[in-house]
Amino acid sequence: MLTIEDLYVKVGGKEILKGINLHIDEGENYILFGPNGSGKTTLLMTLMGFDGYDVVQGRIIFKGEDITHIPPFERARLGIGMSFQRPPTIQGLKTRDMVRLCAGDKEVDVDQLAQEVNFTGLLERDINAGFSGGEIKRSELLQLMAQRPSLVLFDEPESGVDLENMSLIGRITRSILDGPLEPRNGVSMKELKSIHQISGLIITHTGYILDYINADRGTVLYEGVLCCIARPRDILEHISKYGYKECVRCLS
Amino acid sequence: MSQLKESGKKRVDLGKYSFDNGEQPGIKDLRQLSEEDRRQLTMAGMDISETQRSGSYLHVNHSKVHCKATQKGVEVLDIKEALDKYDGLPEYYWQAVDKDKDEFTRAAAEKIHGGYFIRTSKGAKIKHPVQSCLFIKGENVGQNVHNIIIVEEDSELHVITGCTTSSNVVSALHLGISEFYIKKGGSLTFTMVHNWGREIMVRPRTVCIVEEDGVFVNNYVMMMPVSSLQSYPAVFLNGRGATGRFHSILVAPEGSHIDSGNKIVLNAPDTRGEIIARTITTGGTIIAPALIEGNAVPAKGHLECKGLILSKGIIHAIPELKGTVSGVELSHEAAVGKIAQQEIEYLMARGLDEEQATSTIVRGFMNVDIMGLPPELKASIDKTIEETEKDMF
Repeated sequence: MLTIEDLYVKVGGKEILKGINLHIDEGENYILFGPNGSGKTTLLMTLMGFDGYDVVQGRIIFKGEDITHIPPFERARLGIGMSFQRPPTIQGLKTRDMVRLCAGDKEVDVDQLAQEVNFTGLLERDINAGFSGGEIKRSELLQLMAQRPSLVLFDEPESGVDLENMSLIGRITRSILDGPLEPRNGVSMKELKSIHQISGLIITHTGYILDYINADRGTVLYEGVLCCIARPRDILEHISKYGYKECVRCLS
Repeated sequence: MSQLKESGKKRVDLGKYSFDNGEQPGIKDLRQLSEEDRRQLTMAGMDISETQRSGSYLHVNHSKVHCKATQKGVEVLDIKEALDKYDGLPEYYWQAVDKDKDEFTRAAAEKIHGGYFIRTSKGAKIKHPVQSCLFIKGENVGQNVHNIIIVEEDSELHVITGCTTSSNVVSALHLGISEFYIKKGGSLTFTMVHNWGREIMVRPRTVCIVEEDGVFVNNYVMMMPVSSLQSYPAVFLNGRGATGRFHSILVAPEGSHIDSGNKIVLNAPDTRGEIIARTITTGGTIIAPALIEGNAVPAKGHLECKGLILSKGIIHAIPELKGTVSGVELSHEAAVGKIAQQEIEYLMARGLDEEQATSTIVRGFMNVDIMGLPPELKASIDKTIEETEKDMF
């Protein structure tokens, strides 16, 4: 699905990512750990193709296509979706209309989707205007549900979310990644899973999201370099016990 | 200030325009108008069928051509008839606007062509809006209108007024005096759509006086080209608990010089005032002054001026707050700039290309939902936005 080859990225002239290599298979959920300032968000922003994230070396291949230098909307149309940490307010653009925009040419039942993330009451509000932390997360998920990307980039799905919202957000995140979890008439769950091949690259600090989703592999980003590819639970356990200093040792 | 002058301030030469012999024959039904004229009127917010209206007034060049009220509780007359019928309206005629304010008020006082007189009965809630259109058809026509609206105690009224020219008019001048009186507990929503033309000069002079617990809401939409417009409607909240609000959406294409401001004077305790102006230039000049003055306590006022310079052009926002007693609460926020890159990227990450993203943001910026307009008027404004948008990017 996604291959990152020897990626170097500068932000404001400063090198942030220093030779990233990463491969994510179809349907695979990948967890990205790392201390603040290690370059996690930079990696996501670079994958989405935003201004100010200058790829100075390396390539990004998505579904076999080199997307290193194409604009964000083309990446979105190819199937990359991103949940923003601090999305901007757009005055006069109702959340309902935003969700419809996300769907592109696809038919979408905005009210039905909004019900699933408990967002019905906020559909007529301008997008992100005065949204709380939990509301931003739910709104981002709602937009992704309409967009239906094949690779989802999540920047800390659990940050700023209270416990009550966490289970809802966890559940919805899982359904976006794994598809509908119940067997339907004429289609077995196995078949469903095989047609619903959504991959995810998820940044987490706390690991709470691991209680809800099936994460296949995890990796640590430390000072712009990836290290320690392992099972996410193991990495989390290790970091909570020893912090990131082991990464330094591992790299040196 | 010298730079401001260079930015294209245009002087009106009153001698250039004809203020005589522009009388037009009356019509019984707006559907009698030519298809072309009907289109212009519809774009300016007129409901030609009149089914969703409580009354209509149409003024063409120098005379009334159509005037009627269809709901009990509201009177719609030509101002000349009203002056005859009510002995010159001594309590209202030239009582809010100063006749000697400038050369335009003097010109309008000297020769009056018409204008609407709309008055509600005490306690009448007028369900559908009353509509008016001040229409110019003909070259170098100078049009003087004088409008008076009286909202009697505890009554409610929405007036939609469109000002426009037929599509072949190149040059014209519109002078409009408007005096609005809102009595105790009355409520007036006044929505004005201006669709002028590239060489049209416009000088409206508007004052509204609001008594105790009265509400004045002024919506103003102006998106089409104009040569030069200068207006500064003022509302005086003279009674306790009165409220005044101005919402404006202005677009200045290249060649337009718009000097459009608002003033709210809080003259009594518990009054509230709000001014919201959204301005966009695609090459023209917009001067957007706004003043809230607090002369009593408790009183609250807030003004918000936001301007987008899409490619080139000038936006000069001049927010002013004046408090003359201790305890007034006045605030403002003003911003002039371009569309935030972060907003464009957010939309691009959802699959919109840069142009679609920009257009979505501009549409949001010009959103008129807050004005609470009837659906067919909103549809016509949306259509205007669509048309102006073609020239924006």
